[in-house]
Amino acid sequence: MTTETNNDKPCGCDHTPEPKKTSRRDFLLLLGFGLNAIAGAMIGIPLIGYLLSTFFKSYPLQWISLGPVSKFPEGATRLASYLNPDHREWDGQTAEIPCWVRRIQENDFQVFAINCTHLGCPVRWFEESKLFMCPCHGGAFYENGDHAAGPPPRGLYEYPFKVENNELFIQGGILPTLANPMDDKKPRH
Amino acid sequence: MNGKALIQALNGVYEWVDKRLHVTDLFNHTAGHPIPKSSASWFYVFGSATLLCFMIQLLTGCLLALVYVPSAAEAYTTLEYLTFRQELGWFLRATHYWGSNFMVGIMLIHVTQVFLFGAYKYPREITWMSGVVLMLLTLGLAFTGQVMRFDEDAYWGLGIGAAIAGRSPMIGQQVVNFMLGGPIIASETLSRFFTLHVFVLPGSVLALVALHLRMVLTKGINEYPKPGQIVRKETYDKEYATIIKKEGIPFFPHGIWKDLVAASIVIGGILFCVLMFGPKGPLGEPNPTQIDTVPRPDFFFLWIFAIAALMPDYMETFMLLVAPPIIIGLLFILPFINNTGEKSWRRRPIAVLSVILIYLALGLLTYLGQTSPWSPDMKAWSGAETPREFVEGRSPLELQGLAVLQNKQCRNCHAIDGIGGHRGPDLADVGTRLTKDQLVRQIIQGGGNMPAYGKNLSPYETDALVAYMVSLHPKGELPARDSTIPATPAPLSVQEGEQHEAVGAH
Ligand code: FES
Repeated sequence: MTTETNNDKPCGCDHTPEPKKTSRRDFLLLLGFGLNAIAGAMIGIPLIGYLLSTFFKSYPLQWISLGPVSKFPEGATRLASYLNPDHREWDGQTAEIPCWVRRIQENDFQVFAINCTHLGCPVRWFEESKLFMCPCHGGAFYENGDHAAGPPPRGLYEYPFKVENNELFIQGGILPTLANPMDDKKPRH
Repeated sequence: MNGKALIQALNGVYEWVDKRLHVTDLFNHTAGHPIPKSSASWFYVFGSATLLCFMIQLLTGCLLALVYVPSAAEAYTTLEYLTFRQELGWFLRATHYWGSNFMVGIMLIHVTQVFLFGAYKYPREITWMSGVVLMLLTLGLAFTGQVMRFDEDAYWGLGIGAAIAGRSPMIGQQVVNFMLGGPIIASETLSRFFTLHVFVLPGSVLALVALHLRMVLTKGINEYPKPGQIVRKETYDKEYATIIKKEGIPFFPHGIWKDLVAASIVIGGILFCVLMFGPKGPLGEPNPTQIDTVPRPDFFFLWIFAIAALMPDYMETFMLLVAPPIIIGLLFILPFINNTGEKSWRRRPIAVLSVILIYLALGLLTYLGQTSPWSPDMKAWSGAETPREFVEGRSPLELQGLAVLQNKQCRNCHAIDGIGGHRGPDLADVGTRLTKDQLVRQIIQGGGNMPAYGKNLSPYETDALVAYMVSLHPKGELPARDSTIPATPAPLSVQEGEQHEAVGAH
């Protein structure tokens, strides 16, 4: 900047610019940067907060009714579904979440997530062979959700459940993954 | 006014404009920039062809957005509307779909060509690195594009994405929530991928294409490499300047004609596919409770699908989360690992070999992904027939066994003579491989990749099933025998290959 000022002088005389002026310019430049940094932060931080809001929220499981227990015959495994408790009006069909309900006897249940523990594909129940089979990479699970074959690293995800007044409730509302399996089963390895 | 005067007048106008806009200058520095004559080669058309595809995608994408609604409740309906009711909507959808396939395919050829011709070496490091980022962005566009086609595959594809994200250590759940825009796949998930697909990724591509082309202008296009011509940092710039001086030709109009021909071939190819195959999907509705579905990714991601099936599970998280950044990182810094030296592929056997190996692996994985032999055939137990020779001449007990085999859904994983699932071994000759005792153990306890059926079969069912399986051996071939039991001569009937041996006879 100083050199430019010098070159501007066609006379080439040894007129040096006052040091005061330079420092004033430097100061103004810094001030410009500083003001913009503050303004940028004032706009930017809320933007980042908006974008990353999911990072700071927790999504606790919620109790959801699956209907009267009489819907589920003893010794059988049935497909059930529930409305995602947190659904939006514009979620359409995606608000309806399926799960597998196994009624062992009386009030003894196992409610499995539909998602394969390998990579999340929907497992299907085969009554005759008493197996859940996954259509993606050939994972299979036993009737009680234990790993039977294929790449899945653990048994099926299980919803916590309770029975109240002959009504079956599960705790759900999230997509279970290895990071948030809902139960405390151990991986195979 | 006569012709001469007209031309003069036009020239005047041009000069007037040029003085203000500097069009001539702009032209000389861009489209008219000199390139080595050797680079006006058919091998050098793939970059511009990829860009052409991107332009087609921008255009068709904007037009699709006139109708498409990115909401989980509406997306599928608008897709159907686009495909069946909107005039030429099917054409737009098909062009966008095939345009994306062509873009990924041609981009891969471009990257391969650039790699084999050593174009990433000094001084074109930034050209290469911006190209690597462009490649990732292109794959990102193709990937997020699958979600825009919001059908059952898109829904479960998102589930797969979340399952992969959920494997990240420590903050797995946060990553999943961030990716889905909440704890579950819903409308916000689609909106996120829409934002990526329509704003973030295309915008980034435009910015990086600018950088990429800027580099082509400042550092020049790679000369057609000759074996033995070594790149040295000290001399290369001078050598390139001499090439340009001696045999440089302006890209426009002398170099561009091959790109133009290639462009028309690409457009023709896209049109051909559009008219022959039409748009892809949408498949079934994105209804999670409709679980009778077999999710598969689009063609260019089938190899990842195959890797997910074939990896031993202790390596899986590594392969999904750690290996990709390492591979991408290596690609990114390739020009610094290998900055100078030979450019010609004729003198770079390792480069050629790696390309062949990578494409063989990708091709094989894609083929496997397409056939996915590891997936059970969910309908085989009720739909697969049993060929006649596997029924004929069986005893009542063996026939009972066949019924058990069918009813217990064994055929979902086990084919008989090729009919049925291919998850487990074909049973057509299982009698020659396993003895009766081994069969019983395998069925009751499972093992290898087979579930245990012990709790699930009554002793009578097991008996019948094993009796049938022992009978499964080609005519004239002996059934398997326990080597710890001294051999007795095989019954005459088996040697003659006429009848089936009684169960349990050794
Ligand atoms: S998702 Fe079920 S086996 Fe891969």
